[in-house]
Amino acid sequence: MSKSTEPTRAADRTPERELAPGRVVLDAAGIQRATTRIAHEILERQADVTDLVIVAIVRGGEPVAKLVAAQLEQLSLRKIPQGALDITLYRDDVVARGVRPMPRPTRMPVSLEGKRVVLVDDVMFTGRTVRAAMDAILDFGRPAAIQVATLVDRGHRELPIKVDFVGKNIPTARAEQVVLRSRADGELEVAIV
Amino acid sequence: MRHLLGIEHMSRDEIERVLETSEAMLEISQREIKRVPTLRGRTVINVFLESSTRTRVSFEIAAKRLSADAINVTRAGSSLSKAETLADMARNLAAMSADVLVVRDSVAGVPHMLAERVRVPVVNAGDGCHEHPTQALLDAFTLRQSLGSLEGRVVAIVGDISHSRVARSDIYCFTKLGAEVRVAGPPTMMPAGIEALGVKPYFSMEEALPGADVIVMLRIQQERLAGALFPSVREYARTFGLNARTLALAKPDAIVLHPGPINRGVEIASDIADAEPSRILDQVTNGVAVRMAVLYLLTGGGT
Repeated sequence: MSKSTEPTRAADRTPERELAPGRVVLDAAGIQRATTRIAHEILERQADVTDLVIVAIVRGGEPVAKLVAAQLEQLSLRKIPQGALDITLYRDDVVARGVRPMPRPTRMPVSLEGKRVVLVDDVMFTGRTVRAAMDAILDFGRPAAIQVATLVDRGHRELPIKVDFVGKNIPTARAEQVVLRSRADGELEVAIV
Repeated sequence: MRHLLGIEHMSRDEIERVLETSEAMLEISQREIKRVPTLRGRTVINVFLESSTRTRVSFEIAAKRLSADAINVTRAGSSLSKAETLADMARNLAAMSADVLVVRDSVAGVPHMLAERVRVPVVNAGDGCHEHPTQALLDAFTLRQSLGSLEGRVVAIVGDISHSRVARSDIYCFTKLGAEVRVAGPPTMMPAGIEALGVKPYFSMEEALPGADVIVMLRIQQERLAGALFPSVREYARTFGLNARTLALAKPDAIVLHPGPINRGVEIASDIADAEPSRILDQVTNGVAVRMAVLYLLTGGGT
């Protein structure tokens, strides 16, 4: 969830983090609108939706992917296969010594061979998570295409990676953290803390 | 974790961290491409000074699925028997920039001795009659797959408790995870004072099995039993073997583990080993995942 100054700290990406005060930049209605628009754009971009697969990046991408996939199914009247990819074991910083982040199981219900894969994450930051996710995806087959959707793009890319579908661009300082979190009443919101 | 030398000194949190990490590792073995890049460029040396197929291959596969290089050293042709010689060998392997040493020896305490002498993480892959920690971890992982949790479950470990490093590690592991552990076997195979480990000894299947959720059958280790600790294999099979009659003493949905290799018709009847209650092959599958988790956690260098 949180994109801290350590770029791909998957172990900290828990949607249930404590509510630090911070500035809310996207509320539940905004998240709904953004994911609906992402779903429309995904459909516009595909010549054929039969090969579409939504892959959430564990764990922050999961609630976003759920919303996007629900919209996609409503709009296309089809069941869209959904996977969840944990990138911990593909991170470029696990090679370094340090306390190991906890990997979580990946769920991939279909082979990705020949599929059009849309990777979904909550916050796009350095691009290192997407880099790792692309390596992981290639272990599940050779997709026809990989596209990237993110709820929030906060900038500060460190790798030449572009985003195909953005919910909202939010300029940030590098040291700030952007989190997708669920409030006590269950509503999702994005905040800068 | 700096080393994995035994379950005795692990905390419940450390055990659960290994088990949770193993969940993610298990999925990797189910893929078509069974390899992740995590330990790319790392070297795991398996020093197996006592014969083993399953454990050695399991560690080797675990290392390779994490992209580490795995090298096997066996006793064959060498005269490694003195502790000093062993320590020197370990220092030499460490000097070749090994990142993990996995050690099996027929003498208890060898992995601990090596861990004190080299600056490389050491994994105990079985030391004499002392401990076999990865076996206990994979047993616990397998039980959690079937039972969810070990909390309040009744586990009966049956066989040669005195000479079994699996029994010792299982006892530490299962009791730390909240299970009630019973041990059963002939009096000649029951160490004095076993109650100190928090388990209750039994001397017949009829007493030990009622109410058991899990039965762990130990292998009769003919290679370790120089003197006869029981009159005959047939009598042992009749009194402490697991068959349809003795299995029926446990809970109806009880499950059966065995660390392997099994002696069919001795401690376990063939039809039980191959049937529904048996989780013996799941244990082997899970062993790779648990060892991947151990190698991953130890190569971090953190705690």
